[in-house]
Amino acid sequence: MPSPKRIGKIEFGLLSPKEIRTMSVRKIIWADTYDDDGFPYPQGLMDLNLGVIDPGLRCKTCDQKASECPGHFGHIELAKPVIHVGYTRLIRKLLRVTCRSCSRLLLSPEEIEKVVGTEDDLTGDVLSEKDIKKERLCPHCGEQQLKINFEKPTTFSEIFVDDGKKIEHKLTPADIRARLEKIPDEDLRHLGINPDVARPEWTVLTVLPVPPVTMRPSIILENGQRSEDDLTHKLVDIIRINQRFKENQDAGAPQLIIEDLWELLQYHVTTYLDNEVAGCPPARHRSGRPLKTLSQRLKGKDGRFRGSLSGKRVNFSARTVISPDPNLSVIEVGIPLAVANEMTIPVQANPFNIEELKQMVRYGPFRSSLTQPCGANYVIRPDKRRIRLAEGNLETVVEMIEPGWTVERQIRDGDIVLFNRQPSLHRMSIMAHRVKVMDGRTFRLNPAVCPPYNADFDGDEMNLHIPQTEEARAEAAILVAVEENILSPRFGGPIIGGIHDHVSGIFMLTNQLQWHTKEETLYLLKHIDIQHLPEPGKEENGVKYWSNKQVFSEILPKEMNMVFRASSCQNCETCKRETCERDAYVRIIDGRLESGTIDKKAIGAFDGQIVNRIIRQYGMKRAAEFIDDITHLSIRAIMMYGFSFGIDDEDLSKTEYGQIDEVLTSAVNDVQRRIKIYEDGQLEAMPGRTPEETLEMQIMQVLGKARDRTGEIAGRHLGLGNSAVVMAVSGARGSMLNLTQMAGCVGQQSVRGERIMRGYDDRTLPHYKKGDRGSDAHGFITHSYKSGLNPTEFFFHAIGGREGLVDTAVRTSQSGYLQRRMINALQDLKVGYDGTVRSTGGRIIQFRYGEDGTDPMKSSFGDPVDVKGIVESILKEEV
Amino acid sequence: MSIKLNVLDHVMVPDHQIMSEDEVQQLFSLYSISSEQLPKIYHDDPAVKVIGAKVGEVIRIVRMSHTAGRAESYRLVIKRPKK
Repeated sequence: MPSPKRIGKIEFGLLSPKEIRTMSVRKIIWADTYDDDGFPYPQGLMDLNLGVIDPGLRCKTCDQKASECPGHFGHIELAKPVIHVGYTRLIRKLLRVTCRSCSRLLLSPEEIEKVVGTEDDLTGDVLSEKDIKKERLCPHCGEQQLKINFEKPTTFSEIFVDDGKKIEHKLTPADIRARLEKIPDEDLRHLGINPDVARPEWTVLTVLPVPPVTMRPSIILENGQRSEDDLTHKLVDIIRINQRFKENQDAGAPQLIIEDLWELLQYHVTTYLDNEVAGCPPARHRSGRPLKTLSQRLKGKDGRFRGSLSGKRVNFSARTVISPDPNLSVIEVGIPLAVANEMTIPVQANPFNIEELKQMVRYGPFRSSLTQPCGANYVIRPDKRRIRLAEGNLETVVEMIEPGWTVERQIRDGDIVLFNRQPSLHRMSIMAHRVKVMDGRTFRLNPAVCPPYNADFDGDEMNLHIPQTEEARAEAAILVAVEENILSPRFGGPIIGGIHDHVSGIFMLTNQLQWHTKEETLYLLKHIDIQHLPEPGKEENGVKYWSNKQVFSEILPKEMNMVFRASSCQNCETCKRETCERDAYVRIIDGRLESGTIDKKAIGAFDGQIVNRIIRQYGMKRAAEFIDDITHLSIRAIMMYGFSFGIDDEDLSKTEYGQIDEVLTSAVNDVQRRIKIYEDGQLEAMPGRTPEETLEMQIMQVLGKARDRTGEIAGRHLGLGNSAVVMAVSGARGSMLNLTQMAGCVGQQSVRGERIMRGYDDRTLPHYKKGDRGSDAHGFITHSYKSGLNPTEFFFHAIGGREGLVDTAVRTSQSGYLQRRMINALQDLKVGYDGTVRSTGGRIIQFRYGEDGTDPMKSSFGDPVDVKGIVESILKEEV
Repeated sequence: MSIKLNVLDHVMVPDHQIMSEDEVQQLFSLYSISSEQLPKIYHDDPAVKVIGAKVGEVIRIVRMSHTAGRAESYRLVIKRPKK
């Protein structure tokens, strides 16, 4: 590999007419491309000197074949100069800062020195248009300067006043070029232009380079007709007009005609360079489609820079919709057979594997069922020639294979592949999984790995890449594997863990003390790899029973000790510990769950205390197994109990509805009372607030409390028998607030944290009196989602809902750009072996990574050492 | 009457000291770097002006860190380029 080189400098300049002619291999004069025999015209746009695209022909310049010839530039001699649209700004500036007669800078040497500085003490500044006063006299020749007008896209004119009338005098490109030619080199340097590489008159074209045919190839349509590239079309226009212009010029045509043709030539050259200039109708194809000319090839998302150079396409990749499969391990990924048959891994033949490889070649590219062993799609000979395996040649190829050949075999179970979901915002967006070839047409993944990818199954697609070399596979297995990325480097906690039904299931399984018969116990533990059931927890009437905590303990590592509080913990003032009526005090002693409920805090993604402890004590691999066991056990549990939610789960009894009504009525009355106090001028304002603000705050508070009260009333009726309550308490999904809104009362709708105030003069809707401050007039919704909203409530709900939507839309785009900029700034920094953070140039950014040299992934939620965890696991009690 | 504020007395400004020639050489050999690879600070930085460091000298900055408690950092004084 070539060693990296440091770039000394980059020079930006303009192509001079001389350079254009030197690099040209052919002067182009014919507007036609091919003759009737399909052969390029000499000195036409497809001249054989410009390179070849047709196979079989040889380039007349370099004598190489179509695949090797890089192409060569030609040139067109323009009848008259035309302005390059890309430099109109520069031309305008130069015309304005130089004299119209002597072309020198309109500043005296002293004035220049003020901005640029003296020879020895340069300020580093260059002159700009602003440094020159308008319409002054030239300090060198005394000429009165005129105002230069610029009209998009390429028209320049001088304005002078004659008899009080403004007269506009058009400058032709030839006039402009003459002026630019006269600007002295020294003056250009003061303007920040290096005249050695960019003389200003080169911005007015006298000769046009013709790009090689290789960058504007013509394609042959199915009907045998040739279809030319947009650039070729545009060049045809230019040459045609240019020729006509020349003829008219030679024939001594009237000035008017010459001017018209000149303008037409200017238009064609302008659109050839950029077809999206303001004030210029874009040149169109016969079908009406605007042509894609030079600038359009480079610009924008699909342009050369963002589309072709920064954006890369790769081979050995696949993309399809994803769907969940809880029976897969988290380290696996399900791949459709159709994809597996297309994707290959190169294996070099050696004396030890040659028989195996020959067998694969014998199978060929046809694998019609999951049970069949993998075949091979290609064989590569030692001379790098590829042989595609097909029905006919399998046996002949098998005979030929010997050590040194390479067989591209299909992927099979156990192969390591990279799996990715965009946007790839953190390193866990690409992880290495083990292949599991499956039926169907989608990639399958365990739902527990959704959080790092931020994936769901509402139509998400994901990408898959097959590492092709032994090194790449080793790197994937050691660095990128799922089991190496359970911990997030963001906060040092697990990012993979149970979600949704895993949490609900394990919650229902472990909540309180339950007893299961042998059948039930075996049903729950069916997919767990254990040899024997533990001793039954109790025996009644000759029937053996196992407790739910025993069942869960089966998947815990044997010597684990930890104490923590579950998500359902209410943070009571004095903790009742083991006697907690919510069973939220989790105690694990010697790998046995002694008390407490397992929920989001214990096994959930982002929280997962048990998962975290297993990683610290037993390593990532054991943690991955534990997560697998969790998904299997919890899914069995949720299947055994059953879990569903319907509209009648939001029903309350008559007493509760009465109580809710009562609470809401009294709250609304309370609001009215407070408004009365305010209107009587009796309201005492809070410090730093106006009485009005005070009233608003009080109202928000009263109504907020009222909504919470209805939630409590509803919650009293809906116990753990209600699925929504199970989900909210266990932390699986939703909250008690969602439940309150469904069963109790939706509550106050707000915009920017305040009650809804916008709408008509002094009122939100014409349904209310002007100046009404009542709760209903400003978006308090007394109904629940179940009971249904009335029209005004519905309208207010839509207002509040819209704010949320706008917020998310704005936030995602803003934070996305913020992240992009940060990544661009930080991407090449790395931590050296001496603990310093350095840039690629070896410059030190931090003398010690993070100032403490701690890997955030291996830290415990930010702290270098998890003291509490270590002490707990030794003392076996809470500290 | 002008009362000049000493920025180093402010709670949020960390301690700045000029390093001796020996210390600088030690620092360079510790990290095997040249002065070019050090982080920079302008000669007209308020803290630099207070301690009177000249262009080319190296400043030790000792700050209280959220993660490490006490963290040392070193900066090379350079001339502020004109605009």
